[in-house]
Amino acid sequence: MDPSLDGDQGLTGRQPVTSPKESTPKAASRPARPARPGRPGRFGRPGRPGRPARAGARLRLAALLTPPLLWLGLAYLGSLAVLLLSAFWTTDSFTSDVVHLWNTDNFRTVLTDPVYRTITLRTLGVAVAVTLIDALLAFPMAFFMARVASGRWRRALLVAVLTPLWAGYLVKAYAWRVMLGEHGLVNAVLAPLGLSGPGYGLPAVVLVLAYLWLPYMILPVFAALERLPTHHLEASADLGAGAWRTLRLVVLPAVRPALFAGSVFTFSLSLGDYLTVQIVGGRTQLLGNVIASQVTLDLPLAAALSAVPVVLIVCYLAAVRRAGALDSL
Amino acid sequence: MRNTNVWKAAAAATVLLLAAGCGSGGGGGGGGDAQGSGFRAPDVPMKKTLGKGEGQVNIIAWAGYAEDGSNDPKADWVHPFEKQTGCKVNTKIAGTSDEMVSLMKTGQYDTVSASGDATLRLIASGDAAPVNTKLVPNYKDIFAGLKKQPFNSVDGRMYGIPHGRGANLLMYRTDKVKPAPDSWRAVFEDAPKHTGKVTAYDSPIYIADAALYLMKTEPQLGIKNPYALDQKQLDAAVALLKKQHAHIGEYWSDYQKEVTAFKGGDSVVGTTWQVIANLAEAEKAPVKAVLPKEGATGWSDTWMVAAKAEHPNCAYKWLDWIVSPKVNAQVAEYFGEAPANAKACEETSDAQHCATYHADDESYYKRVHFWTTPVKQCLDGRTTVECTDYAQWTRAWTEIKG
Repeated sequence: MDPSLDGDQGLTGRQPVTSPKESTPKAASRPARPARPGRPGRFGRPGRPGRPARAGARLRLAALLTPPLLWLGLAYLGSLAVLLLSAFWTTDSFTSDVVHLWNTDNFRTVLTDPVYRTITLRTLGVAVAVTLIDALLAFPMAFFMARVASGRWRRALLVAVLTPLWAGYLVKAYAWRVMLGEHGLVNAVLAPLGLSGPGYGLPAVVLVLAYLWLPYMILPVFAALERLPTHHLEASADLGAGAWRTLRLVVLPAVRPALFAGSVFTFSLSLGDYLTVQIVGGRTQLLGNVIASQVTLDLPLAAALSAVPVVLIVCYLAAVRRAGALDSL
Repeated sequence: MRNTNVWKAAAAATVLLLAAGCGSGGGGGGGGDAQGSGFRAPDVPMKKTLGKGEGQVNIIAWAGYAEDGSNDPKADWVHPFEKQTGCKVNTKIAGTSDEMVSLMKTGQYDTVSASGDATLRLIASGDAAPVNTKLVPNYKDIFAGLKKQPFNSVDGRMYGIPHGRGANLLMYRTDKVKPAPDSWRAVFEDAPKHTGKVTAYDSPIYIADAALYLMKTEPQLGIKNPYALDQKQLDAAVALLKKQHAHIGEYWSDYQKEVTAFKGGDSVVGTTWQVIANLAEAEKAPVKAVLPKEGATGWSDTWMVAAKAEHPNCAYKWLDWIVSPKVNAQVAEYFGEAPANAKACEETSDAQHCATYHADDESYYKRVHFWTTPVKQCLDGRTTVECTDYAQWTRAWTEIKG
């Protein structure tokens, strides 16, 4: 292939939006450009000599990137910025009107009021518990699917993992409400053993959230395990490692980024959830519920509260990134 | 290196939040206290004469209040209204009083079926206009007990047309709660008997239920009106509710959820509305609802007109229509409440309806303390202390639920 095309490929190759049919043949029909020395640079990457793109290419690239960047900048980050900004306003305590009076009382309330600290820690605990449970359940499941099961079994199991995603979130949560009820399936099954189910409350919230987000953990771990070369396992066995040692020293390091990637889903989705809590949480109150109940009454306080999960997620993403889980994205 | 940048950014964000938290200690504490003086109705003009309909009207209503036959073909009082007046009805269903208040602030709606815990807020913010009752012919037939109440009028001026009323009753499973309770004690001191199976309404206004109980059981607190609590009285109510919290199974705000909770036995005792008791009984749940000896809190809904209504004439036509005897009877039966129009009692398909809901029983409703927005200026007339307002109640409610 003409090496001069590498530049365009480098740019457009990362943009699946562009149909390759359109851009590549056009470029190919162009008269051959003089080959440039050095590796083709990418836009905006400092420290490397950027290759001056031709005006037409730049224009096309700009046209291509402007709508998504506008969307990202205005609608997505912009709304977050407005949210954060409104946290610095205040509310008329009687009429619930937002008063545009700059102050930081809401953040002070969120940080100093013990009730919000309790709720934040509880929410964090739920998110961590859900993530751990999902990781523990997903790993053997994904391992079986990727390394042990035959092709037919694997397909069947994949379908089984994916099917719940077709059902609505609310349907699944309400199904659990019915099952966990006083005369529900859970109690009926446990009754002969002399036990009773968790009923509605914090354990039920963890259980249902772990159920809801499990596929988001299984799929990345499955993908990682499927990519794991068989000869790594064979080499490990040949060198005298037992099953546990291979698992610990070969398999786990290979799937750790996938586990972290999955945990981003389970962790962030649990942190923001409030419907499951409403349905099976009983008297439990999590961050999402407090935000939801404050939105109409005290928008600035709700905005300040929303900053808490944002900060937690940023910290978590930073930690995950440090572990190298996002490098392959 | 990029990792450390992310860490730096996260640290910076945290520091910013911390700084925000500590920084305002000295100066910026103004916010909430700006309106310390209490309640005054802003000067919003009242409509003098009725003109021609504008062709449509945008209303905010409780579910079941503006039925057009799409939920139940037999329940349709929107289409006849449209046919008669030429005003097309655009309905927005609101789930809570707080949602109604925030929807009215958008300025896109002409009229709202506000409950007593929302009305004063709408009046105070200037979002609702006083209503000229002379332009609503059916107003004359409204029960006297609903007119010029503290939650729907200010300075003797009506801010809406009463629609109906109901009490927040005590419901219990007859097979689980014995002997049959006749006091709110069942959900407070006696809550440990049914720990994990007690339920309460999920709203800051539920604090008034605790205050009502304390009003009778701890007279030394001096509570005269469950919606006029000074800080000490609010603290006592909050303490009572925090004790109750340990025994609550779940708080309810969705009436369907409460029906299934009582039917399935997940709740055995707690607050309810008559309509919920009826639905649960219809589904063969062994429940009973009573008005306890201490009395009860309750709600009374009022159709209010937006101060900046784009379609005021159609809004007034709707007000008159919804409280006309026949329609008022239809709504009251569909929803399960006491109608506001005295003549509606003759129009109900169930001749016992008004008796079941105590529609004309003023002595019954004397025992019901209708939801009223708590305000700084004590509603019971005390001037020596400042009362707690709804924002304080909201914060207290978050704290109670912990």
